[in-house]
Amino acid sequence: MSRNVSVNVEFLTRVEGHGHIIVDVQNGVLQKAELQIVEAPRFFEALLQGRSIFEAQHITSRICGICACGHSLASIQAAENAIGFSPSEQTIKLRKLLLHMENLDSHILHIYMLAAPDLLGVQSFIGLMKDHAEAVRRALRMKKACNDVCDILVGRHVHPISCVVGGFTKLPDNKQLEAMRKLLLQMREDLVPTVALVAALKFPEFDRETEYVALVSDDNEYPLLSGDIGSSDGVRKVKEEYREITNEFLVPHSSAKHAKLSRDSYAVGALARFNLNADKLHPTAKAVAETLGLSAPCYNPFLNTVAQLVECAHCAEEALQIVEELLAQGVVQSETVIVGVNENRSIPVRAGRGVGAVEVPRGILFHDYEVDEQGIIQQANCVIPTGQNLENIEADMHKLVPEILGKKDEEITLALEMLVRAYDPCISCSTHFLEVDFVGR
Amino acid sequence: MGRPKVAFFDLSCCEGCQLQVANLGEALLDVLGLVDLVEFREVMSESWEGRYDVAFVEGSVVNEESEQRLCEIRQRSNVLVAYGSCATIGGVNGMKNRKLLSDVQSTVYGDKGDWFPVTKTRALHQIVEVDYFIHGCPIHPDEFIKVLKSALAGLPYLVPDYAVCVECKFNENVCMYDKGVTCLGPVTRAGCNSWCVNNGNVCYGCRGMVSNPNQTGAEEVLRSYDLDANLIANKMMMYNAAMEQCDE
Repeated sequence: MSRNVSVNVEFLTRVEGHGHIIVDVQNGVLQKAELQIVEAPRFFEALLQGRSIFEAQHITSRICGICACGHSLASIQAAENAIGFSPSEQTIKLRKLLLHMENLDSHILHIYMLAAPDLLGVQSFIGLMKDHAEAVRRALRMKKACNDVCDILVGRHVHPISCVVGGFTKLPDNKQLEAMRKLLLQMREDLVPTVALVAALKFPEFDRETEYVALVSDDNEYPLLSGDIGSSDGVRKVKEEYREITNEFLVPHSSAKHAKLSRDSYAVGALARFNLNADKLHPTAKAVAETLGLSAPCYNPFLNTVAQLVECAHCAEEALQIVEELLAQGVVQSETVIVGVNENRSIPVRAGRGVGAVEVPRGILFHDYEVDEQGIIQQANCVIPTGQNLENIEADMHKLVPEILGKKDEEITLALEMLVRAYDPCISCSTHFLEVDFVGR
Repeated sequence: MGRPKVAFFDLSCCEGCQLQVANLGEALLDVLGLVDLVEFREVMSESWEGRYDVAFVEGSVVNEESEQRLCEIRQRSNVLVAYGSCATIGGVNGMKNRKLLSDVQSTVYGDKGDWFPVTKTRALHQIVEVDYFIHGCPIHPDEFIKVLKSALAGLPYLVPDYAVCVECKFNENVCMYDKGVTCLGPVTRAGCNSWCVNNGNVCYGCRGMVSNPNQTGAEEVLRSYDLDANLIANKMMMYNAAMEQCDE
């Protein structure tokens, strides 16, 4: 069959940031399939040079409003590694709680508001209000619960206030822990109908064997905040060697860099984590995976949305467990820190380099800083999950388009939009933090 | 006459302020009951060809495309609201204005720095007329609702022009200077209910400076606590750099 198809979706909606999809088919042969990234760069890594390492979390949080807590945690980890500071056990526990809430919040937003409208045949969650009012109210309630927990824990979800290098500037008391517990119990209840909703959705059938990259570890914890970097093709590296994983390169149609490892591209995110670490999920999450028919390895990128829901169950259960442990032990309030830019010299600083590797909603995120003996940032680099996925999204488009050429133009366009949305791309992030080459140093 | 047409737009930013709006939770549904939401790219595929009664614009102008887009939005809008620090004062995007643009570009893109052209960062009112300002990084949900109501009713909204310290005292926080760290509360516009200090952190000045900052007083405070004035100057440039007069 020889036909011409030209898809040109300008300013793809229901994704975070600005991107276009361009597909060109001539006489039945695919000429071009691109996800153009047109977000204006913000040059964060250049902005960080010359600033205090104690300001890095505040500044890099502003890379992305959705993943602000994830950026904060990766930034803090890199900063503490650079200056040689080890956080307390209580601090690590609270950071894990924050990361669970971040992943929950973002996944819920994606499942209900960004992905579900396509699968239910409407243009947005406003369209959902007509036939699925209860689901919309539930989604808003679940999102609000995540926000409320973050409000208590770190002051707010968008650009958290109290999680800083050294620990927390404010710690929850028992009454606040109790409030968080209540919210998480409601979350657990709301996840049940959410699973039923997603189980009833019909996801497009498509498979492409892919290399997946995520944190891996030798213990039994589903690794989100610590571990080595692993791939489904058998690569394993310590986080400091992340550049040997990402191998970034620049293409003219994207202000965000692309990445590749053992093959021409690789994928990160909920599906990658599930494929590498499914056996370490909480039993409740394993049961959800079974209900939804998801098993590792899964090579259908559209099912990233399903993997996100499996992770929601995991994060909600783990978060609840952390809160209950803290309630039982009591929070040591004397661990509260006062840091500012360390004018009070409360934290010892040394020159060095540190890397943060954290599993945020869209995949593995790297922050990398080098500081002098005063704690002033000399170099900064970050590699963003969406940037790592871009080459893989295009590889999927190259396989998908020929398979669906028999369909109508509108159906092809929708399928491509859904494919890109399934990766839950965060385009603001991916252009705001690109490879830094530090020319002239 | 139908319900007022309201739209949300984003220029260069983290999109955290529109998330603050989406995060109103079920209160968002009450707001939506009063207006016709016609564009909101992050959560909607719908678009609108007519005039906007109220347009909310987030983010700064950092290249020619965004300048053009802002001018088009202004022409099609009866009321334009700048919301979030990037839009109202340039915000963190402004930090690059203190460096050479060519250096900034080559730091990030190496020898391909000219692939993605940019200009100095500007706040919206440095280019078009702005009717309402909602400051903050991110915006405070309560203030958003107040401004939305004012805009729909055609009433003015006055941004507080006193220091964050005023609200901070009402909240009975211990002064950050007494804890040995520097804080921008004394020179920063109130309206956030001293959000950061309530949570044990310092004020970073995200709402911009009061119109008549007490500079001598601030310097005196620094001297009395034996702190370096450069610390404060450097901090002010985190959010306010785009508000400096351009030399060019």
